[in-house]
Amino acid sequence: MKRLINLTPSKSTRWLLGILPFALIILIYIVASDARLAENATDKLLPSFGQMGETLNSYVLEPSKRTGEYLFWTDTYSSLKRLLLGIVIAAVFGFTFGLLTGAIPTFHAPVSPLLTVISLVPPMALLPILFIVFGLDELSKVALIVIGVAPCIARDIQRSTLEIPQEQIIKAQTLGASSLQVLLRVYIPQLMPRLISSIRLTLGSGWLFLIAAEAIASTDGLGYRIFLVRRYLSMDVILPYVAWITLLAFIIDWLLLKTSQKCFRWHHQGAH
Amino acid sequence: MLSTALTKRLFGKTLLASALLFTSAVASAKPFNVCWSIYVGWMPWGYAAEQKIVDKWAKKYGIEIKVTQINDYVESINQYTAGQFDACAMTNMDALTIPAAGGVDSTALIVGDFSNGNDAVILKGDNKTLKDIKGQNVNLVELSVSHYLLARALESVKLKEADVKVVNTSDADMVAVYGTKSVTAVTTWNPLVGEILSQPHSSKVFDSSQIPGEIMDLFVVNTATLKKNPALGKALVGAWYEIMSTMSAQDAKGIAARTAMAKASSTDLAGFDSQLKTTKMFYTPASAVEFTKSDALLSTMKKVAEFSFSHGLLGEKAKDAATIGVEGPKGIYGDSKNVKLRFDTTYMQLAADNKL
Repeated sequence: MKRLINLTPSKSTRWLLGILPFALIILIYIVASDARLAENATDKLLPSFGQMGETLNSYVLEPSKRTGEYLFWTDTYSSLKRLLLGIVIAAVFGFTFGLLTGAIPTFHAPVSPLLTVISLVPPMALLPILFIVFGLDELSKVALIVIGVAPCIARDIQRSTLEIPQEQIIKAQTLGASSLQVLLRVYIPQLMPRLISSIRLTLGSGWLFLIAAEAIASTDGLGYRIFLVRRYLSMDVILPYVAWITLLAFIIDWLLLKTSQKCFRWHHQGAH
Repeated sequence: MLSTALTKRLFGKTLLASALLFTSAVASAKPFNVCWSIYVGWMPWGYAAEQKIVDKWAKKYGIEIKVTQINDYVESINQYTAGQFDACAMTNMDALTIPAAGGVDSTALIVGDFSNGNDAVILKGDNKTLKDIKGQNVNLVELSVSHYLLARALESVKLKEADVKVVNTSDADMVAVYGTKSVTAVTTWNPLVGEILSQPHSSKVFDSSQIPGEIMDLFVVNTATLKKNPALGKALVGAWYEIMSTMSAQDAKGIAARTAMAKASSTDLAGFDSQLKTTKMFYTPASAVEFTKSDALLSTMKKVAEFSFSHGLLGEKAKDAATIGVEGPKGIYGDSKNVKLRFDTTYMQLAADNKL
């Protein structure tokens, strides 16, 4: 039966088809960039890959004339530090509140509505208040990520907690488990892989908050650099930085997936 | 090789159009597009568009001009550089570092004013002096005229940029940021300066009136477009000086014009007038021509170019500050084979001679 829904490309074709859109985008870029550069050799909007490579080279391999730092690496280090710190704190907060509100009804009643409301407040709108409370230094940048990400993780974990079949809880109790034991032996092991997938999903907004925070007041970081050179349209810096951020995001996402697959094999059985 | 050349030709034009990557050639089709953003020296453009004064002058020269207000200043320059606009309002430093450094040959059609106190360095605390800035964090929009002003201020008290730590801060957040504990020094422009100085225990320690004429506000036109269409230059200059004479008058019409501009920049007449006081407006074309023809112009541009080069604003390939040629009525600063920014008094002179 030759129906479209039954046609599965072979592994090599799948790879080829997967790469095709990327190749196409790069080709379109090269053609458009060439056309602009042919008209104006110093055009800044669509630099050639050669120009980007040159600029990136000086950012990656040469110390800055002004500060003596290797800009690319200090930017990456500062941003990753902020992002990871923010995400870890958000994960701890989110997991704790999600678990407790999901598993303990007396905790659910007072905290859950508050959590719902807080998760609906757009964190970017709170920025001026964040400055005044946390100052302008590292703390406010990490705080923005935490405030932006933690409520989402908490709500996701809460929902996952409520989805765990009641039978399991009752069974554990008939076997004599205390509340603490139910939490530690029934809930937490099942929720850990959910936490990882929740982090994977919120990582995108984590990056968003990081870059927004760095754009406002900063002296280093990937977002800082992008907003700084935007002042003079240096796309030869912006485009490689965006590609680098995407690659970093991809690697973090991949590492989380692998961790989850390695530590919680039972969770991934049957699913991809 | 042949196939790549062919693909380039085949794809080139359609892709360009479809990807919205308009080249300046495409954008120069009529009507002409000009843009401006909120700043005391550029508010007249909004008023001129609203009162159909631009339309009137465009009609006189048989063209059409569309005036667009852009909320984000840097974005307006980027759009101009990318070729979306034929002309745009910007400062001399930004004209050098964004379009000119990006290879877009630009002409300063109108030298509208220079900042005469609109940009300032402010320290927290009573009776501070500029020397107290040593060792402090200074919040400012990095690589903007504020940064240039700070560099010039530090020079005046024999300090270097390394003696302070510059923190890049968005202008939109400057006032909110000033209220926080960790901020002790800022450099910014009006109306933010006025807002910040209204808070207690703030000292203005340096302002642009101490480097008069160095931060200019220009109306910049794509040179090729202007050459092809002198009518555009005539219409814009004609409209501009009509507004100038209206708004500088102390009669009812002048007050009405200034009130409208004040409103558009979300202040009141008194606030707008106080901003005008720290702006040296060239209300008459003759005064603008005289300023542009002065010897100081090129030495100012040299200072700006040197600052820009040392901060990497002229591009990775720039070998020295003189990479980009700046042409003024008194000659050329920099590479005469690579003139990308021109101060042209032709049209302002026409206005001064009443020939428009």
